[in-house]
Amino acid sequence: MSGTAAVPTETAVRATLATIPDPELPVVSIVDLGMIHRVTVDDSGIRVAVLPTFIGCPALDLIRGSIAASLAAFDRPVDVETSFEIPWTSDRISETGRRALAAAGIAPPSEPADVRCPWCASAQVVMDSAFGPTQCRSLYYCRTCRQPFEALKSV
Amino acid sequence: MTTLALPTLALDGLLRSMADDEFVVGFTDSEWTGIAPLLEEDIAMSSLSQDELGHATALYGLLAELTGGDADGLAYDREPADYRHARLLDHGRGDWALTMARRYVYETADAVRLEALVGGRWSPLADLVAKIVREERYHLMHVEAWLDRLANGGADTHGRLTAALAELGPDAGTVFTPLPDEPALIDAGVLAAPMRDLEDRWRAAIGPTFARLGLPSIPPTIDPDQGRTDHGAAFDWLWSEFTMVRGSDVGATW
Repeated sequence: MSGTAAVPTETAVRATLATIPDPELPVVSIVDLGMIHRVTVDDSGIRVAVLPTFIGCPALDLIRGSIAASLAAFDRPVDVETSFEIPWTSDRISETGRRALAAAGIAPPSEPADVRCPWCASAQVVMDSAFGPTQCRSLYYCRTCRQPFEALKSV
Repeated sequence: MTTLALPTLALDGLLRSMADDEFVVGFTDSEWTGIAPLLEEDIAMSSLSQDELGHATALYGLLAELTGGDADGLAYDREPADYRHARLLDHGRGDWALTMARRYVYETADAVRLEALVGGRWSPLADLVAKIVREERYHLMHVEAWLDRLANGGADTHGRLTAALAELGPDAGTVFTPLPDEPALIDAGVLAAPMRDLEDRWRAAIGPTFARLGLPSIPPTIDPDQGRTDHGAAFDWLWSEFTMVRGSDVGATW
């Protein structure tokens, strides 16, 4: 780590972060998921504070590693910290992120009673299980198009 | 951040009790992975356990920052007698009814405890608790549905649930065992009320549900000041399970 390169702009750092997919929901970037709490750039290096979507998320170390690897291109010291300063909440997901999730067949987060089928938009859906293949997802079934689907938990 | 001096010893006791609770309940419930009664429950128990173990990791992390050491060392390198989880969690995995009864008792008690911590003046814990509460909501939703299902599922399930609650009953209130130097936590604004008061709140909160479902009310705790010690044979076994891998190569980096 030479630390001699020019100080990058925060915008440039954020643009790089926006290219990193979430390992469990690769259709969405970690920026569109709302996981980036703070980016600080100064003479000492680049610091990124990440909000875990779920406290025990097993993908977190992978995400921290991806951030460090992607920002290495700036040739500055990089520090990635996990923060609970504010809780990650599902309404931090951007409109782009919500659309990408729905297109991939995962209902974007909403109160359990307001979940709509991502395939046919029907409200005639039932929650099969509050728990799904990852900590952040629940299992649903659509009575209209008769398809199972997943929904992001509303937290 | 608070400007008051932190009551380190009292915080140690609080964090240790919470972290050990989440760790032991998470590890016990993870024993259902692969053998739960339904596929959905297999997934649910695995996911719930992952949440609880995540909470434990974060709480051990705070404890390690406060007192030195590291989270893994706190989780794995103590003797069984040094764990401070509630005796409620010392009954072994049991059958599905015992598991759901224990989850119900634990989750409802934990919810009351978290509520008393969420606005606390020590921000590292208050911030973490704010996040934990959001996840626990789904745990409560899950176990409340199961309590209803078992209580209303006929003589067999009602009988099993009643037997499970009878077994857990004398230990049910042990989540609220008074903590070492508890007044210091209250004076420092970390904890909103004494554990004894929280226990009253919890009993009042679950009473109507038990009455509606025809379940026996929770008896007083036996030996209430010793609710986080004397863990017994079931925990000795669990401890030997969860320390097995780490013990197989002491000092290895995983």
